[in-house]
Amino acid sequence: MTSIAVTDLAVTLDRAPVLRGVSCAAASGGWLALIGPNGAGKSTLIRAAAGLVPYQGTVLLGDTDAATLSARARARLVAYVPQEPVLPPDMTVAQYVLLGRTPYLGYLGTPGRRDRARADAALERLDIARFAQRRLARLSGGERQRVVLARALASEPSVLLLDEPTSMLDVGHQQQVLELVDDLRRDGGLTVLCTLHDLTAAGQYADALVLLHEGRVVASGPPSAVLTASLIESVYAARVAVTTGPDGRPVVAPVRHR
Amino acid sequence: MLFQIRLPRVVLSALVGALLALAGAGYQGVFRNPLVDSGMLGASAGAGLGATLAIVDLGGAGPGIVPIAAFVGSLAGVAAAYLTGAVASRQSALGDGVATLLLAGIAVSSFLTAVQTFLLQRSAQDIQAVYSWLLGSLSAATWQQVTSILPYAAVSSVVILLHGRHLDVLAVGDEEARALGLRPAVVRTIVIAACALAAASAVAVSGLIGFVGIVVPHVARRLAGPSYTSVLPLSLLIGAGFLVLADTLARTVLSPAELPIGVVTALVGAPAFVWVLRGTRPVGT
Repeated sequence: MTSIAVTDLAVTLDRAPVLRGVSCAAASGGWLALIGPNGAGKSTLIRAAAGLVPYQGTVLLGDTDAATLSARARARLVAYVPQEPVLPPDMTVAQYVLLGRTPYLGYLGTPGRRDRARADAALERLDIARFAQRRLARLSGGERQRVVLARALASEPSVLLLDEPTSMLDVGHQQQVLELVDDLRRDGGLTVLCTLHDLTAAGQYADALVLLHEGRVVASGPPSAVLTASLIESVYAARVAVTTGPDGRPVVAPVRHR
Repeated sequence: MLFQIRLPRVVLSALVGALLALAGAGYQGVFRNPLVDSGMLGASAGAGLGATLAIVDLGGAGPGIVPIAAFVGSLAGVAAAYLTGAVASRQSALGDGVATLLLAGIAVSSFLTAVQTFLLQRSAQDIQAVYSWLLGSLSAATWQQVTSILPYAAVSSVVILLHGRHLDVLAVGDEEARALGLRPAVVRTIVIAACALAAASAVAVSGLIGFVGIVVPHVARRLAGPSYTSVLPLSLLIGAGFLVLADTLARTVLSPAELPIGVVTALVGAPAFVWVLRGTRPVGT
């Protein structure tokens, strides 16, 4: 189990500042969701945590500064799932999930019995072993997300970075995927850092939220502290009503202007 | 007679076919693009210019120099394209540099071909010799040719074959490959260098034989699926077999006259390619 803590992070892309002075942390085994309007810098924060964009500031994985780790050592600790993963259409599910073992292979190494066992376990865990030989082009949206999560899980990460894991899914599949991530977090002690557009879902599944706006942290804390009508209306320029759901968590509903 | 004339020719055609197909498969993996082949990135154009320079400007010394000139020209063409692409992609908006590199290859090829055409146009008496080289031939095969390219062929083939797994990882894109701990730029440079060496070795002894480098990897993919751990070795084997077959046809169809091997590979390869494409399952998302 490993926590992830971002301190005073700044990212500049194409000479434009995208993130400034951002600090946030997910406790070991916790779930931190990043929310905020389009262009707030949520995906960039995830990519910086994955080591995919240059940044100033520090990203701590447990007690280790991520910048001191080799690319492979970092990849063993942190699995990254982008918003739109590239799924080579002719590759089979089994071949794709086995790519998750890449961080464990030396430059000239090939996957061994242990790697295949881990990939098989990931297939079983996500209940997709029965279509292991299917081509990626033949998967539905919900199946694709499971397959991508299986690849991430095959890396045996301590931290799971998810960029909009539910953006392409209907409400039923959204729930399934988020429940699945929650199960993985509870069984495997994974720490989850994700971005989510759906504010109510973010409040239901994450134990802490960070609201980003124009590259800065506007609010952070437990869902009930961040999902308030006044904060959301000022940051999103939207009109919403926030009520309390049956689980005691906030429910954010849009309200028409007139 | 058999040992000195037939056998070196069979061995050389197998070697050349294997190298062209393997280089084509390697490039297709590196560029994630099924349309590229072993002559891309200025390799064919550079070899063509090198051979033309040797034939036009060195006259009698030509025959001995042409292979070396083609070999050097081919490698120089790829190096020029690679450096141009690397410089251009620093300020390019085309993403991870793959498209920039391909475009740089097209620019360098056009430039080299223009120079070659100009040279040729000024010395019309050499057109026949240059064209027969451009169309490719294995009719002058000797053991000496086989042994001269063998070291380059062996080194480049081994390097390419060792990167099948890396090319599979690159298939998910540079960003996800990096997130998996791979360094795409390093893999790309090594594989491009090895493919350039393989193609240059083949071109030096056989001229410009088209179609092998683009068609054979697709046949291999059709037989073995998309994983480069099988596509690469299978391309090597099919490429060798295909060129031996094509050269046998080139030798016998109009016997005692010979068809240029490049003509045969295209005449056989084009319909075969259509057949392969027809059989390829549509790639949907």
